[in-house]
Amino acid sequence: MNWMMIDTWTVIAGMLSALSCALLGNFLVLRRMSLMGDAISHAVLPGLAIAFFVTGTRDSFPMFLGASVVGVATAVFTQWISHFGKVEEGAAMGVVFTTLFAIGLILIVHAADHVDLDPGCVLYGTLALTPLNTTTVWGFDVPRVVVSLGAVLALNAITLSLLYKEFKISAFDPDLSTTLGIHSGLMHYLLMGLVAVTTVASFESVGSILVIAMLIVPGAAAFMFTDRLPVMIGLSLVIAVLCAGFGHLGAIVVPGWFGFEGTSTSSAGMMAVVAGLIFVVAVVAAPRYGIVTKFVHRWQISMTILREDILGLIYRLEEHDVTGPTVVPGMLKDAMGVNQLYSKFSLWSLARAGQLRRKDDGAYRITSDGRDSARLLVRSHRLWETYLHHHLHLAPDHVHPTAEQLEHITDARMREELEVDTDQPSKDPHGREIPRT
Amino acid sequence: MKKMLFPLRRTIDSGEGLGAEHPASAPVSIDDMTVAYHRRPVLWDIEYDSPEGELIGIVGPNGAGKSTLIKAIMDLVPMAAGRVRIYGEPYTRHRRLVGYVPQRESVDWDFPVNALDVVAMGRYGEIGWCRRVSRSHKDASMAALDRVGMADYARRQISQLSGGQQQRVFLARALAQDAKIYFMDEPLAGVDAATEQAIIALLQDLITGGKTVFVVHHDLQTVADYFSHLILLNMRIVASGPTREVFTEENLRKTYGGKLQLLDEASQALARGGI
Repeated sequence: MNWMMIDTWTVIAGMLSALSCALLGNFLVLRRMSLMGDAISHAVLPGLAIAFFVTGTRDSFPMFLGASVVGVATAVFTQWISHFGKVEEGAAMGVVFTTLFAIGLILIVHAADHVDLDPGCVLYGTLALTPLNTTTVWGFDVPRVVVSLGAVLALNAITLSLLYKEFKISAFDPDLSTTLGIHSGLMHYLLMGLVAVTTVASFESVGSILVIAMLIVPGAAAFMFTDRLPVMIGLSLVIAVLCAGFGHLGAIVVPGWFGFEGTSTSSAGMMAVVAGLIFVVAVVAAPRYGIVTKFVHRWQISMTILREDILGLIYRLEEHDVTGPTVVPGMLKDAMGVNQLYSKFSLWSLARAGQLRRKDDGAYRITSDGRDSARLLVRSHRLWETYLHHHLHLAPDHVHPTAEQLEHITDARMREELEVDTDQPSKDPHGREIPRT
Repeated sequence: MKKMLFPLRRTIDSGEGLGAEHPASAPVSIDDMTVAYHRRPVLWDIEYDSPEGELIGIVGPNGAGKSTLIKAIMDLVPMAAGRVRIYGEPYTRHRRLVGYVPQRESVDWDFPVNALDVVAMGRYGEIGWCRRVSRSHKDASMAALDRVGMADYARRQISQLSGGQQQRVFLARALAQDAKIYFMDEPLAGVDAATEQAIIALLQDLITGGKTVFVVHHDLQTVADYFSHLILLNMRIVASGPTREVFTEENLRKTYGGKLQLLDEASQALARGGI
């Protein structure tokens, strides 16, 4: 693989664009309007085309202006349509941006006869051509795109850091924000204006696919990792940088894996793919909302319940005059339908906690600690049965399954309240003794 | 432009000459307010002058326009007609004097902020545009959290708080704002009995401190216990004034119409309250 100056500039351009988008994306995600970025990035197209028709040039400034106006107009139209047409905001957004995008395409196709405005480049951009068109900054040759993307990043960074608390409160509680003099509608349109400007600046170099990906993915992925806003913003920027770097690397390397030696694919496309992969990792592994976390949590709960059920089982065996009952993993399969592995593990962890004691023959016997826990559990169970029978008038043969679930979440305070509500009963509805503490 | 959409619009009074009948010092005074959504009126002909330093309950059935009333006062929904005065001046001039506690469901509790951040938001108006939240504002926010007994939870992410705790964070935010008039939208909805008592004690505290507090309330059983004044609302103001005068079976029947179950509740409450 050959890394050249061209590649460095490509990555820098991609990074600047990704960072600008990711900054705004945080607030789009928090306002639950990620797709607004998508809508605006499509809808600015007629703005570009009209600016071109009016001025006859592809100068950046008229393009910026045209696109920004249409970008904010998209937000305004969406608001109107959902308000007066009584349609859901997502639908309103869809109507507005597809219409505007289509108008833009028609205008561009019409213009294409005369000039080099290419609909294809709108989607993928021309990131690879970035380094060819340069300008001089402080004596250095810098690609023009890098200058404009750098300016946009600076604009976004400065605006967001100056108005950080204003953006925060208007995203969290728009009504309160407005009553405090921070008009949430104004903040909304300001954000949309920034999205429009960022989109336009990024269009030519990275294309709309990467813009949409970077507006949504870094913020959404970062949100899964943290519950602090500054951390979320920081993480989203790291993700944006990773996407740009690994995206370009991937564009060079990956085609080789599939036998296309010596060629490279679209860097912008690959950056968006990397973003997708990072998001998948976030969904699976994030500490707060990730799938793994949820799975582990659920597993811990089911193990706790299983351990408690084992203690309850032994306690009930003792009640039936089985002296010194012992438990082996196989028994649990018959009594509770638990598989061998779970049984072994739960018995082992009960022994580790000092609730059971493992004898030489591999069977487990309850300790006095274990008996105390079991007594509380059975007490909760039977108090609940009594409570359900008395207060909800359930038949004695219907109360067991519910009590079986409730016993595991009953703490000391709840038990006290149950005692009061059931007048300190000594027997449950089945006539069995309720163990005293 | 908006006005053309509302055929029910009444001509807006010039406002001259009305000063005499509306005491300039009233915390909140409403003149002839009408509010409509999609041409359908939700509030009609609201005339109201509030007393000062009282706990005022806003009571009425679902869809009576209770939330809309307080939102219209704070300029959050547009009025089709009418005029609101805060201490005799337009709301926009006295924004800082008015605190708002929205319904708890109106915000996203997964938002990545902790309790202290949320309380500090109450001071954003005071801090001003483009400025950071300074040490002293954080201290004031912490003091407000302490006042609602939530100081230990300052660093908790807000989704990890119970419903009652979230409501107390909202109240602390209002305290941090240090307003003179408060509008609270169902601060007692979905909180446990202990929190309800704590909140009521806090509101009474505010009244003692000279604040005027409006509370949208649902539970007719407790109305007479909690509020010294009432607004009985069902699109129009059915009755308003001191609770012992306006909390009558007849007024409730007018407010709640045919909703029998609620009437039963109310008459029970009346019997218990001995009014």
